[in-house]
Amino acid sequence: MSGARTRITLALAASLLVASLPAAWAQMEMGAMQGGSAPADARDPHAYSGGADFTRGTERPVLMDHHRFRALRLDRLEAADVDGETVVPFDLEAWLGKTYDRGVLKSEGELAGGDLEDARTELLWAHAIAPYWDSELGVRYDSGAGPNRTWLAAGIEGLAPYRFDLELTAYVGESSRTALRFDASYDMLLTQRLILEPRVEANFYGKDDVERGLGTGLADAALELRLRYEIRRELAPYVGVAWVDEYGGTEDLTRAAGGDPSDARLVLGFRFWL
Amino acid sequence: MRDSVRDNSLLLLPRRHVGRRRFLEGLAAGGVLLGASPLIRPVYAQGAPTSTGSPPELRGTEFDLTLADTPVDFTGRPRLATTINGSIPGPTLRWREGDTVTLRITNRLAEPTSLHWHGILVPYEMDGVPGISFPGIAPGETFTYRFPVRQSGTYWYHSHSGFQEQTGMYGAIVIDPAGGPSIRADRDHVVLLADWTDEDPMRVLEKLRIESHYYNFNRMTAPAFWRDARELGLRGAREKRAMWNETRMSPTDLADVSGQTYTYLMNGTTPAGNWTGLFTPGESVRLRFVGAAAQTFFDLRIPGLPLTVVHVDGQDVEPVTVDELRIGPAETYDVIVQPEDRPYTIFAQSMDRSGYARGTLAPRPGLTAEVPAVDEPQWLSAADMMGAMAAGGAAADADATTAGDSAANVAAGHSAAEHAAMAADAAAVHARHASTEYGPSVDMRVDMPRTNLDDPGVGLRGNGRRVLTYADIRTIGGPLDARVPGREIELHLTGNMQRYSWSFDGLEFGHSTPVHMRHGERLRVVLVNDTMMTHPMHLHGLWSELEAPDGEFLARRHTIAVQPAQRVSFLVNADAPGGWAWHCHILFHMDSGMFREVVVS
Repeated sequence: MSGARTRITLALAASLLVASLPAAWAQMEMGAMQGGSAPADARDPHAYSGGADFTRGTERPVLMDHHRFRALRLDRLEAADVDGETVVPFDLEAWLGKTYDRGVLKSEGELAGGDLEDARTELLWAHAIAPYWDSELGVRYDSGAGPNRTWLAAGIEGLAPYRFDLELTAYVGESSRTALRFDASYDMLLTQRLILEPRVEANFYGKDDVERGLGTGLADAALELRLRYEIRRELAPYVGVAWVDEYGGTEDLTRAAGGDPSDARLVLGFRFWL
Repeated sequence: MRDSVRDNSLLLLPRRHVGRRRFLEGLAAGGVLLGASPLIRPVYAQGAPTSTGSPPELRGTEFDLTLADTPVDFTGRPRLATTINGSIPGPTLRWREGDTVTLRITNRLAEPTSLHWHGILVPYEMDGVPGISFPGIAPGETFTYRFPVRQSGTYWYHSHSGFQEQTGMYGAIVIDPAGGPSIRADRDHVVLLADWTDEDPMRVLEKLRIESHYYNFNRMTAPAFWRDARELGLRGAREKRAMWNETRMSPTDLADVSGQTYTYLMNGTTPAGNWTGLFTPGESVRLRFVGAAAQTFFDLRIPGLPLTVVHVDGQDVEPVTVDELRIGPAETYDVIVQPEDRPYTIFAQSMDRSGYARGTLAPRPGLTAEVPAVDEPQWLSAADMMGAMAAGGAAADADATTAGDSAANVAAGHSAAEHAAMAADAAAVHARHASTEYGPSVDMRVDMPRTNLDDPGVGLRGNGRRVLTYADIRTIGGPLDARVPGREIELHLTGNMQRYSWSFDGLEFGHSTPVHMRHGERLRVVLVNDTMMTHPMHLHGLWSELEAPDGEFLARRHTIAVQPAQRVSFLVNADAPGGWAWHCHILFHMDSGMFREVVVS
């Protein structure tokens, strides 16, 4: 058990390091070729119009930059055996919008015995702030076991150098509750279709929430490894292993309730989008 | 350009399992309906099957063309195509310089349509771009185009609405010179190269929006890293990938849409169908190649036959003999070949090497020659990302190729690479980025672009064959006008591959203002490609007169392919008043916003 914890802690530390890299890269040579802010003497892209207007007498073409695209992604839908019971974790995301502004619905949670054990659902406005980064603002709703909680959410999501998918979101809830969530994953291609995806996730809380079994500080951290095969890009079954550990007050609360604060599981599932 | 969301009638047909090979190679009988199941009959009941293969030729000054949905089957999966007079390609229009032509276009589609005469100098109202030239042709309506033919040569025409060009609406235009042929050949074939997908093009674009690498099955893998590590050492393998990993760009992003969904067509014929052009031994044969693909650059060769390039984008050029040439969307290249009494394969592999179009040049029908394997795809080079700032790579290889060094290869000595980099540096010019290039719409900027037009481009560098480059193409007769340009405008080709958005200066069309040219002025246009893809840029209504880096006149073009991190300059005589489209001829790039209106007034 302590081995698992060490492993998770190390992975988490490494991921946080990775998360801090984009800022460091901005200082480097490559960074000068991407993003940044325009110098004072940058060219005015409208200077060539000379005040000329579009051709009159006909409706101006409307291209795909005005089109609302949409997607539904089920990044994880899996089954795992936990103490003889089958639980079904899920992670889905839907979005609708144009290139730089989208409405995003995220829902992540776990079903057990047909009931919703735990779910975090977020409704966000994703706004592009840099070539690879979106800011996300919205609300989060926690449901399942214990009283439901509502939060305001603000975060960033994007692709860091070396192609790490990162998500970092801060939350403020009722009764001055605060929380922080970090999620990082990476696609390692073993072949063009067989992909190994390590993922880490950590949740921090600023205040005890005994009713939901959460203590102050790092509450839980997960290290997961999934091997998927993309039959099509849209459909990929996978097998995986996940270690989840609880820490601090959260760990104590779980123990007190007779639960196991450390969990290692094999998962079987599929990824799907359309 | 998009008038309305295309209906999904393409997808109403049942899917059948199709073997991968059959899919890539296509059906031998492409377009002919065999054993249709009762389920698909209702679709076919809408009309006669599309005729494919060598396009019919229409001559004269009066033309009636009907645009309609007609059934086609290239892969074993019946689909509806958008066709001109029921054929893919549409009929070849044969005009005579000096005539006035009248074309009555009837729209039998369920959506608006248009036809654009690519490279033809017409009054802007006759140019066929909905929203710029005219409102488009509504369903059921007949629109009459009429204009004098003021030029000669090989051109083409296509729909400028929705994704109709992708679904079959294209054909060739051949204009005979008023004073008799300037190029002598005993035989003449038009060869249109295209890409076909069974998917609804809108769905293809949606997939690219969700995962921009969707069709790329040549991405960097972990095992390839370890193979490199054995060869180059761990450090070498890491360094080879460093700039790609740091910038999050892909060295194998050579085509957004690949053979994963495309079946490549030569004159509307699949590779298995083997389009055949006949000749009598002893004849010289003129092949008029037209890049009619929506998305695909083809690397074209006829193993065993040198290609003498004599005519490019409708203009006679000083003959230059090569083994291979790259033809991008909307470019045209006429070559003369002298075949012996045997068959030859016309081989056009896609730039990303995910497939090919193929046909045969033969003295008799039914003959075939060996079909070569596609080449190994190359990675984009440092010069494709950083331009003249990169030490070595592309410039060195290009140098070796044009010098005829058949032994040249990517791993060529460092000194040659450094030499080339220094040469490139001497000509290096700083790019002037627009203020709108620093936001989320632009994933890469090149501060010191390369200007080496003698680079054949990624995939063709150092391949041991003589490959045509832009530095080799010289239009006979020189520039249209001896005036020096009065001013210079610089625009950057930009995009964000991850988001799959494309633009000029970081602004998609919807956020842009027109580029104004004063009627009668001569100006220099500088294009800097800040992306890592090659963009065939087409300025409607006005010639683009390409210059060498030193300002020497090279060629009069209607479409100029700008390579990654490259800077090109060309002169324009703004002699045609009106509104004109200016865009990348990769269909999804144009449709995503890499599009401007030019107003000449």
